[in-house]
Amino acid sequence: MSTAALTWRQFRFERKMFWRNPSAAFFNFTLPFLFLIMIASVFGADRKELDILIPGIAGMSVLGTTFTALSYTFVFNREQGILKRIRGTPMPPIAYFGGVIASAVVNAIVQVALIVVIGHVFYDVSWPHDYLALIVFVVLGVIAFGSLGIAFAHLIPNFDAAAAYVNAVFLPVIFISGVFYSTKSLPEVFKVIAVALPLKHVIDGLHGAIVSHQGLGDHLTALAVVAGWAVAGLFLTVRFFRWD
Amino acid sequence: MAIEVSGLRKSYGELEAVRGISFAVRRGEVFGLLGPNGAGKTTTVEILEGYRERTAGEVAVLGFDPARRERALRERVGIVLQSSGFYPRATVREAVEHFGAAYPHPREAEETIALVGLQGREDTRAGQLSGGQHRRLDLALALVGDPELIFLDEPTTGFDPAARRAAWDVIRSLRGLGKTVLLTTHYLDEAQALSDRVAIVKDGLIVAEGPPSELSARPRSYRVSYQQNGSRVELETEDPTELLHRLTGEALARGERLEGLSVSRPTLEDVYLELTAEEESEEPAT
Repeated sequence: MSTAALTWRQFRFERKMFWRNPSAAFFNFTLPFLFLIMIASVFGADRKELDILIPGIAGMSVLGTTFTALSYTFVFNREQGILKRIRGTPMPPIAYFGGVIASAVVNAIVQVALIVVIGHVFYDVSWPHDYLALIVFVVLGVIAFGSLGIAFAHLIPNFDAAAAYVNAVFLPVIFISGVFYSTKSLPEVFKVIAVALPLKHVIDGLHGAIVSHQGLGDHLTALAVVAGWAVAGLFLTVRFFRWD
Repeated sequence: MAIEVSGLRKSYGELEAVRGISFAVRRGEVFGLLGPNGAGKTTTVEILEGYRERTAGEVAVLGFDPARRERALRERVGIVLQSSGFYPRATVREAVEHFGAAYPHPREAEETIALVGLQGREDTRAGQLSGGQHRRLDLALALVGDPELIFLDEPTTGFDPAARRAAWDVIRSLRGLGKTVLLTTHYLDEAQALSDRVAIVKDGLIVAEGPPSELSARPRSYRVSYQQNGSRVELETEDPTELLHRLTGEALARGERLEGLSVSRPTLEDVYLELTAEEESEEPAT
C-alpha cells in the first residue's frame, strides 16, 4: 500500500477512534461554544465586543484542537508504547503523523466553521469578507500550534502530568492573546509577550478576514510571526521527537 | 542465517551495557536469549529490531543492517515488545486489519486472530482485554504481516500457567510454519521448552551457548552419584564412560553393588544459576 493510501487509512482510523470517545469528542466541540455563549450573555456583549469575541474564540479553537489535542495524543501514545510499536512496523512515520495531524486539522476546520456560522446566525456577526485570508490563517495556525504541541509533548514526562503542562501554556496564552477582550487594555508586559507568541496574530488575521475587511496584505507581520513559529515548531518536533 | 551478530557493543556514556556479543540464529530456529535483568538482553534485541544504534560490531538481520531502518526489512520482521499498548477503543479485528495494511502480503485478519487464540474476541476493544488476551493481541499484531522473523521480548511475563502454555503452543506453531524466532526470557523452563538453542547473557557478554539440553557451565559436566556406607557420593566428570567403568570395576572386585547409581547432566537451571549467581544483586535494572 502506498504512503498516501496508508496516510488516508491512518486518518480514517483516527477519526473512528475520536468518535469512539463520545464524551471527549463532545467537550472538544462544545467547550468553545460554551465560552462563546457564556461570555456573550454574561457580559451582554455589544456589537464591538462580539466582533472581538468571535475571531478570538475561533483562534482559541485552533489552539485547542491542535496544540492541546496533539500534546495529549502524543504523550498518551508514547506512554502506552503505541509509538514504539508503530516504529517497528513498515508504516512510514510520515503516514502515521500525516493521519494523526490531518484528524486534528479536521477538528480545527469544523470548529472554526461552526463558530463563524453561530456568530452569524445567533450574534449577527457578518459572514467572512475574505475566505482566502481565513483559510491561510487557519492552516498556518494549525501547522504552528500542531507542531508546537507535538514538540511540547517531549517535555511532558507522563500522561498524568499532561493536563497540568498543557494548561500552564494554554490558559495564560488565551488570556493575553485577545480571545475574550481586546489586547489594547492589557498591561504593557503582557502585550509584549502576546506579540511574540503566535495566537494573537492568528486571531488578528481571523479578525481581519471575518470582521474588519482586511486581507493577507494587511497582516504581513502577523503572517511572518505565525510562519516563523510554524518553522520553529516543525524543527523542534523533528529534532526532539521521542518514540519511547 | 536469519541473524548474525559479531562483536556487538553498546555503551550508554560510561556504562557499557553490551560488551562484545557474537551469535548467529539459523533460519527456522527458535533461539532463546536468557539472562538476569540488566544483563544486556533487551539492549541487544532492540539493536536487532532497529530501535537503538550500536556502538561497535557487525549486525545482519535477514541480510539487512537494522540501523538503516529500511522498510523492506520491517516488512519481513514481526516484533513483540516487552510492554506496549494499543488504541484502547479499537477492537481486536480493527487493530489487526489496521496493522496488516502496512505489509505487502498480510495474513487474513480472521486467520491471524485464530492463530493467537483470540477467536470470539474479534469485537472486543483492546482496552477491555485481560492481560493475557492483550499479550495475544500483541502477538497477532506482530504476526499479521506474515513475517519470516519474529522477536519476542519476554512474551509470557505476568501470565498465569494456563496462558503461558497457550502462548507456548503458539510459539511452537510458529516454528512449525518455518518462522525464525528470537525469544528473550528470564523463565528457564520457557527457554528449555521452546528453544532449539539458547545463549546466556551476563554483564553484557554471552557466557554459554548451545542447545538447552547440552548446555554446560564447565567441561566437567556429568554428575555421577551413588550410595556408599549410607551417604551419597557425588562425582563430576567429563568422561562418564571411563569413570563408570572404573567405579563399577572396583565395586565388582570388592563384591559390592553401587546402590542408587545415577548419571545426570545439569539442568539448564543448574547451569544458569551457576553462571549468573555471583554479583546478581548488584546488576542494574534495565
